[in-house]
Amino acid sequence: MTGLITMADLTNEDIVEVLDAAERLLPAARGETSMPLLSGRILGNLFFEPSTRTRMSFETAMKRLGGDVVNLGDVSTSSVVKGETLFDTIQMVDGYTDIIAMRHPRQGAARYAQDAARVPILNGGDGAGHHPTQTMLDLFTIRQAHGRLDGLDVVLAGDLRYGRTVHSLSHALARFDCRIVLASPELLRMPPEIVEDLRAGGASVTETTDLYGALDSADVVYMTRIQKERFADEDEYVKVAGAYKLHAKHLGEVRQDMIVMHPLPRVDEIHPSVDATRHARYFEQAFNGVVTRMALLCRLLGVDVPGGEA
Amino acid sequence: MSNESNMRRVTAIRNGTVIDHIPAGSALRVLELLNIGKGTSVPVSLVMNVPSKRKGTKDIVKVEDRELTQTELDRLALVAEGASVAIIRAYSVAEKLEITLGDEIVDVVRCTFSNCITQNPREPLAHRLRVLSKDPLQIRCHYCGRPQDLDELVQNVI
Repeated sequence: MTGLITMADLTNEDIVEVLDAAERLLPAARGETSMPLLSGRILGNLFFEPSTRTRMSFETAMKRLGGDVVNLGDVSTSSVVKGETLFDTIQMVDGYTDIIAMRHPRQGAARYAQDAARVPILNGGDGAGHHPTQTMLDLFTIRQAHGRLDGLDVVLAGDLRYGRTVHSLSHALARFDCRIVLASPELLRMPPEIVEDLRAGGASVTETTDLYGALDSADVVYMTRIQKERFADEDEYVKVAGAYKLHAKHLGEVRQDMIVMHPLPRVDEIHPSVDATRHARYFEQAFNGVVTRMALLCRLLGVDVPGGEA
Repeated sequence: MSNESNMRRVTAIRNGTVIDHIPAGSALRVLELLNIGKGTSVPVSLVMNVPSKRKGTKDIVKVEDRELTQTELDRLALVAEGASVAIIRAYSVAEKLEITLGDEIVDVVRCTFSNCITQNPREPLAHRLRVLSKDPLQIRCHYCGRPQDLDELVQNVI
């Protein structure tokens, strides 16, 4: 069975089906009702890199569906530190579990793991590569706010070079004919091959360093953290740290229904003054990680979520 | 100039390999991929930018006393797609082969991206690169998806 490594593994119809299933799972995600659809199934959580939201939301999602979770635990105390290859780790966990969620510092690790495994792999981030389960929760949040995914004006801002969430999300938005504005410091521009792919697919893509000038015509403003850990050179980081600081005062002329999103954690790119505005959506977005991951777990394990069309 | 006169630029070889119809300007990369350089003792002939009916211009390489293996031909596909190879024995063509670049290059070269999962030499799965386009040549790693620069790629031959 194949997993979810990049957004290319899902068609637009698949995406809509997963989001619809996630809607039906909302009461179970909130703990208001019991839906033990994955009772007896085991999720292997393999996080070779630190993660709070992604790891916890996968675990919560599996448990809300009546399934169980085994964790790799701290990499520094596991066999990985003894020099075990990813291939061998996957062979072992593949035998213990029905599905694997993983994050790895090396790009391509999730595809590699899928080629090595029999069970489906859910890519929870591979280096600066992809983060498709984040994209699914982002799309869910956008659809919740706007009632649609098609034809929206979306600004992606911050660290577009190393930010894997925006790499995956931009691909998905382009497929739904969204107009994309990429706002970043010069040093952190979207990798050219991604811009090339988006344009080759017919997407309208504009690159700018002027985030504030792009706010007023946006339906969605997606902020990202400038990730210190991705910089080999601290001086380079200092040059761009704090490049964008979105404050409530910047939101005076924006569209009424514009939403501000962020994959979290934030540092100072969204000022707390934004939290109280009607535009802030990042905390709901974090919650949506549970429900969309519930829907993805069901789909990849071949379990129908009741309530859909026959 | 006819093909015959091109071939006459260098003498006929008794035993060895003739690689003809190499895209013009790529012969030096062919030598690089075949590890032909300073330490090579067998006679090697090379002509560049000669007229070709099929391609306009082309390069030719002749290596005496060495028959190329399939692995070596697979490597050459990176820089000499469409070239033809003749294995010569006793002045006669014993085998004729064409170099073709498929949709995927498996265990021929390593991905050039420093943070790709395949950079760990102990990982056992095959090195796989996808050929997105042959003209212009666009190659990406199957695993990390990074585009590959040909100049860097020829340094990463397995």
